[in-house]
Amino acid sequence: MATGSRKTVRLKTPVRREDLEQLELGDVVYLEGHVYTAREGVYRRVITEGHKLPEGLTELTNVSFHCSPAASVNDDATFNIGAVTATASFRFGALIPAWFEASDCLLILGKGGMTEEDYRNVFVPRGARYLTTVGYGTGALLGRGIKNVKAVHWLPELGIAQAIWVLEVENFGPFLVDSDGEGRSLFEQHNKRLNQRIEGLYDGLKQPALSRMGETVDRREELI
Amino acid sequence: MIRKDTLYATAHELTRRAAIEIPSDYLSGLEAMAAKESEDLSSFVLAAMLENYKAAKEDARAMCADTGVPRFYVKAGNEAKIEGGMVAVEEALRSGLAQATHDIPLRPNRVHPLWRHDNNNNVGLNAPEIEYSFEPDADWVDITTVHKGGLFGTDYRMLFPGDGIDGIKRFFLDAMIAFGKRGLACQPAIVGIGLGGSKDTCMVLGKQAACLRTVGDRNPDPKIAELELELMEMGNNIGMGPMGFVGSSMVVDCHIEVGYTHTGGMPMSVHSFCLSSRRAVARLYADGRVQYRTDPEWFTPYHRRNDVKWQPEAARQSA
Repeated sequence: MATGSRKTVRLKTPVRREDLEQLELGDVVYLEGHVYTAREGVYRRVITEGHKLPEGLTELTNVSFHCSPAASVNDDATFNIGAVTATASFRFGALIPAWFEASDCLLILGKGGMTEEDYRNVFVPRGARYLTTVGYGTGALLGRGIKNVKAVHWLPELGIAQAIWVLEVENFGPFLVDSDGEGRSLFEQHNKRLNQRIEGLYDGLKQPALSRMGETVDRREELI
Repeated sequence: MIRKDTLYATAHELTRRAAIEIPSDYLSGLEAMAAKESEDLSSFVLAAMLENYKAAKEDARAMCADTGVPRFYVKAGNEAKIEGGMVAVEEALRSGLAQATHDIPLRPNRVHPLWRHDNNNNVGLNAPEIEYSFEPDADWVDITTVHKGGLFGTDYRMLFPGDGIDGIKRFFLDAMIAFGKRGLACQPAIVGIGLGGSKDTCMVLGKQAACLRTVGDRNPDPKIAELELELMEMGNNIGMGPMGFVGSSMVVDCHIEVGYTHTGGMPMSVHSFCLSSRRAVARLYADGRVQYRTDPEWFTPYHRRNDVKWQPEAARQSA
């Protein structure tokens, strides 16, 4: 697709550190090879419950995806996969160090990025990067990039939406590079620009009579 | 008589259409927005979304794999006759959705809130939601399905009469900014505002405003219509675009629905629909015909009536 002034990068999996080093914030990335889905259910089984990832998975690829597909299981145990879309990644922030240990991943795909603190402290020392899906919801475009469902693990335990879907992909994208080698985040850079305007948006609007829990963190205070 | 098998087939087809085909009013709204967007990254994202709708239709696959939490709205004509009655309608909607979840496929998003058990068919305890409305002098049944995502972009606040329009604007900005960062609300979207009612009604009105009114539709009260346009402009001047990148594309349209409320309060809710505004509608006639469309026509004059007894003449004059 037309990417305007953006640089487009094609990566093969398993991804190599030296290829990731070339990525700059806002580059458009397409993947070829294998990726697998891992979200709440998989993190819980691996990190909290101590299960090992299925054999051969970490050798096959080092790219995992905060995602679950719109998919179904046919009567003959084959799979019908339509669209794939990411889920918001910030909720996995605290689990990422343990996830990297367990999975040896170098590339995390997801929605909306993680914090610069996570990038600096956890991603940069490993040479890992984060790519965000675009939109969100380019589910059909991403679905087109899936050539084959190579395997589905833990389907009985986790259900369709949370199982590990191992996907063989080609021209799989677009993704945008959100983290760079210094731990900067494209999202946070844009937040900084936006934040300069925010106070001004409220100019002239009077305060409401009642505040809201959350505007103060001191529970002894009244909200009125 | 509207037959059971027609109800089932319609529920199945509606589910497919909603998941795959972007409604034309939203598509035109987004195309106009993309033409005006001047920021490079925001423009790139909008172009990707427009391409995604085409891919979905060409491949007959869901636009977005988070196929939301499918729900139904039923508007029954007062003279409609249904084989098996309203219980048959509910059964058809539940079984049509379950089968379509497998066939399209949709993601089976519905799980138990604590045990996380998934029936793998988008049906479960109190799910899908089915809401009802009635229409005088009609023998058809309208069924609308909406697949709205569920995690971000919705908020509620108890405001007071003295907070006035300023309070409404403040809360609107709060919600747009908080959920717009990193694009958690999947903007640009149709934004629905519920004003008044009881707390639950306020949430319902806002959700229906977002999901059941089309781009370009205005509230019949001219002052509310003006406020809709003012809030839309305000949202698009935050400086934020899709994915929370710098830009001007946040609100494709803003719809406000109003309900009479407690004399001391002015509750307000905000609901963002998403970049894949999934809704599809069918009208089932007594002679077996089914007509598909994308405008739910939910807020009829009868639905919004303001008096003790339904007075069609008065409604026609005020419209």
